[in-house]
Amino acid sequence: MASAPPTETHPIQDATVLFAGDSGDGMQLTGLKFTMATAQAQNDLATLPDYPAEIRAPAGTTYGISGYQLHFGSEEVRTPGDAVDLLVAMNAAALKVHLRRVRKGGTIIANADSFEKRDLELAELDSNPLTDGALDDYNVIEVPLTSITRDALSDTDLSTKQKDRSKNMFALGLTLWMYSKPMEPAMKWLDQKFAERPAIRDANRHVLKKGYHYGETVEAFAVRYDVKPAPMDTGTYRAIRGAEALALGLVAASVKSGLSLFYGSYPITPASDILHELSKHKNFGVMTFQAEDEIAAVGSAVGASFGGNLGVCATSGPGIALKTETIGLAVMTELPLVVIDMQRGGPSTGLPTKPEQGDLMQAIYGRNGEAPLPVLAPGSPGDCFETAYEACRIATKYMTPVMLLADGYLGSGAEAWRIPDPDTLPPFDVNFATKPTDRTMVGTNGDRKFLPYVRNDDTLARPWAKPGTPELEHRIGGLEKEDRTGDVSYHPENHERMVKLRAEKIQRVQQEIPPTEVLGDADGELLVVGWGSTQGAIEEAIERAVDGGKPVAGLHLRHLFPFPPDLGDILDRFETILVPELNNGQLVRLLRDEFLQPCVPLNKIQGQPFTAKEIEQKIDALLG
Amino acid sequence: MADNETKNDTPNGTKKPALPLQQLDADATKKPSGPPSGTKKPDGPPGAKKPAGPPGSKKPAGPPSGTKSKKPTMPPGFSGDGGGDGLTRKDFQSDQDVRWCPGCGDYAILSTVQRLLPDLGVPKEDIVFISGIGCSGRFPYYMDTYGMHSIHGRAPSFATGLKSSRPELDVWVVTGDGDALSIGGNHLIHAMRRNVDLQMLLFNNEIYGLTKGQYSPTSERGKITKSSPYGSIDAPFNPVALALGADATFVARTMDRDPKHMKAMMRRAHDHRGMSFLEIYQNCNIFNDGAFFEFTEKETKPERALFLDDGKPLTYAGGDRGLRLDGLTLQAVDLTTGRWSADDCVVYDETNPELAGLIGRLFWQEDLPRPFGVIYREERPTYEELLHTQIDGITERKGEGDLDALLHAGDTWTIQ
Repeated sequence: MASAPPTETHPIQDATVLFAGDSGDGMQLTGLKFTMATAQAQNDLATLPDYPAEIRAPAGTTYGISGYQLHFGSEEVRTPGDAVDLLVAMNAAALKVHLRRVRKGGTIIANADSFEKRDLELAELDSNPLTDGALDDYNVIEVPLTSITRDALSDTDLSTKQKDRSKNMFALGLTLWMYSKPMEPAMKWLDQKFAERPAIRDANRHVLKKGYHYGETVEAFAVRYDVKPAPMDTGTYRAIRGAEALALGLVAASVKSGLSLFYGSYPITPASDILHELSKHKNFGVMTFQAEDEIAAVGSAVGASFGGNLGVCATSGPGIALKTETIGLAVMTELPLVVIDMQRGGPSTGLPTKPEQGDLMQAIYGRNGEAPLPVLAPGSPGDCFETAYEACRIATKYMTPVMLLADGYLGSGAEAWRIPDPDTLPPFDVNFATKPTDRTMVGTNGDRKFLPYVRNDDTLARPWAKPGTPELEHRIGGLEKEDRTGDVSYHPENHERMVKLRAEKIQRVQQEIPPTEVLGDADGELLVVGWGSTQGAIEEAIERAVDGGKPVAGLHLRHLFPFPPDLGDILDRFETILVPELNNGQLVRLLRDEFLQPCVPLNKIQGQPFTAKEIEQKIDALLG
Repeated sequence: MADNETKNDTPNGTKKPALPLQQLDADATKKPSGPPSGTKKPDGPPGAKKPAGPPGSKKPAGPPSGTKSKKPTMPPGFSGDGGGDGLTRKDFQSDQDVRWCPGCGDYAILSTVQRLLPDLGVPKEDIVFISGIGCSGRFPYYMDTYGMHSIHGRAPSFATGLKSSRPELDVWVVTGDGDALSIGGNHLIHAMRRNVDLQMLLFNNEIYGLTKGQYSPTSERGKITKSSPYGSIDAPFNPVALALGADATFVARTMDRDPKHMKAMMRRAHDHRGMSFLEIYQNCNIFNDGAFFEFTEKETKPERALFLDDGKPLTYAGGDRGLRLDGLTLQAVDLTTGRWSADDCVVYDETNPELAGLIGRLFWQEDLPRPFGVIYREERPTYEELLHTQIDGITERKGEGDLDALLHAGDTWTIQ
């Protein structure tokens, strides 16, 4: 570790940084501010927050550790990184929890003040890893973050507790310096955040600068790194989290369709972020309704849809279970509804803050009776925008509930997102039934009656006649409907006809699905088929395999139900089909069922995303 | 209730077993200290056959069959066949056959609603009825308005979404005692707390009818039903007290067999801005015949039913009896002996929450009558009003949303 100043700056292609500390240490914030700095420096990026279910677990314990991982680079970045180059560990427990993620030879900045006897006990460590040789394979930099921050603020009136809350800014400043990133985005944020509390603002600014300067003045740092801007498509970018992108996609759908957005929601991790985001945008006419429970959340959304609005709700797996009956009602009444499932580890309460793809079967089959509905899944935080928009478009065009399967990894993960031009979004026209037509009415004169279940020839959608429209008064409900009239019917043949009609209507959503893109070697032997948040890891693995000359291709499904119309033909072209999923094998069963293909599963059920390496290894094993 | 078995053998065994037997034997038409004979429960095992009506009681006045062509014969004093907009009762009748059991109290409620609506001056297309599951759930199908037959207990949530997003609509919720108070209890109290401007009609028949006769959350303790052959051990809800506890801004009670009062209460419920809760005692002549006859039949009604009149003293039994306050307790007094007069009775104020608490909690006290009428009302901003005022205020302050600006919010960078 001995080196003489001045420090050299090494250009590198990419880096993965992980901030970890107590959940009260402000690690998510630190990570986010570092993310903004890399975004400003025009790196491509992907992030992975990893936080505990407990809000403030006892300080210093391993189960209270909150982490924020960021991968940024001068090339395309698809995942938050398989291996960590720099771990910032605010205490012994953080080091213990996250050491396994650090690559051999990686750097660890450890808060030396938090490796005392008591800290080691809390972390259940028998000896001090800073001194017992456990970190011999790593480049360890001990920084007394706590005491150095207190010293830096010694001439302020702040309490010790307040001073200690600034130590994350020291860590941030130091990390920014290490990667040659600007301080301005963080400074600007501090100015805004603490505009009303100048003492706190100045303390944080001061500590941030101290951290930055610490790198320059302390001889511990042999090198600092520089990641050049990534060659990205022209356009304007921002860093976006999946939850934000979902919310913006919904607002965009509302604006483009002219429908008011009604969002019914009951707080649940990790879906609440969408509610938080949408509730800020009331000047778009967005109505957010915090319901008394999950059932009321979806019920209110269906009620709003009946009234001619864009009814949306979001939840996680347990909430979907509660909403199931109401979603069935939306299938029967053929009302538009978008249900977002931010999947998490299950069953039951499961792993509230950890991602899993365990709800695919629930989304497609989890209702009583024959109750098909379209199921979509975004592949990346930015893709959440387009997928949410598309879900709304399909829901209104086909008069059906649509489910969108995301997860906490997408929701709180962020990436650099090229901001779309609202004018280039797909057209989103909604046609309400506004007056009686020969097609939708029967009877004569005074006895004329509106037929709410006369269908559009192309989409099989029924007309959307909202209350307030004269002469189109009608009743809908959960009892089986008579074809065309919508009257209650228990007629055997009618029921069968209606079941088939509802199924056929959903099948026709295939009309909306563009040709499937195949990455890599389209004439290869092995096809990797994925869905949802695993896209980054899968595509990185495919790219590495193709770069290594292996006959591998891949495709990522946004539409899980119905499947794209060309999917069967594509699958037929490959000898082997690999299906990586963060569950015990769900898409793989659907593919086998639909296409009678001997698909090979790759399952990980640990509440953690795939690393590209895990998929690469499976590809290698299959190719022999 | 160790004596349930023996009580099953008595005609009164299914009703209010907390009462001493000698009170059940009392001649209630003369002495109001015990329930009148009209409250007797059917003989025989539950569900074995259609129960006989209580002695002296008439069959419900509803139509004998569910066909549209036969107009229900309604009691005299019924009005409301024409309205200011030229709409008539017939304009609100759908083409669907009414399929409730002949003699069901629901017919009178349906008919009263259809007679009231033309009077209200609301355009027909703006009226929406939303129901849950149960016999009451079929109500929207019989109304030629917009309507939704939703799922069990959830009608208030659909109505809340609709009314919040479309405040100009006139939204009615139709529900029953099982629907609203059992499976839907949570939505009920939260709709009240929020004060969404809905009219909620609770058809209370103290039984699960559509599932063929199990005890409901309003069934009295000891009730013999298919699911409680040895007597129900559940304590019943008093829906009015529940509504008061949930901070409803309009709480009223009426009965299916007094259409004039029912219509007046529906009109007041409609006139109220905010969540209006109207409990309607509704006779299920198949599974719980006569549940409310002590309040609804002319032999016992005067002694057992107290009709509230705002600003008037609480008297009943044709003015022969009244309620006075003894400390914080209501006491029934005889106004014919000269000891007490109407001046001694409580003057009702439907905007007084304390008074509403006392009156609203009158339930199965054997010496006190059951209150009907508007028990409580208050003015409070409605949910949808607050929602849209907030949206409008924010829009005025921040300007109407600009999608492009929203997408570009925060830190951005441009690649040339």
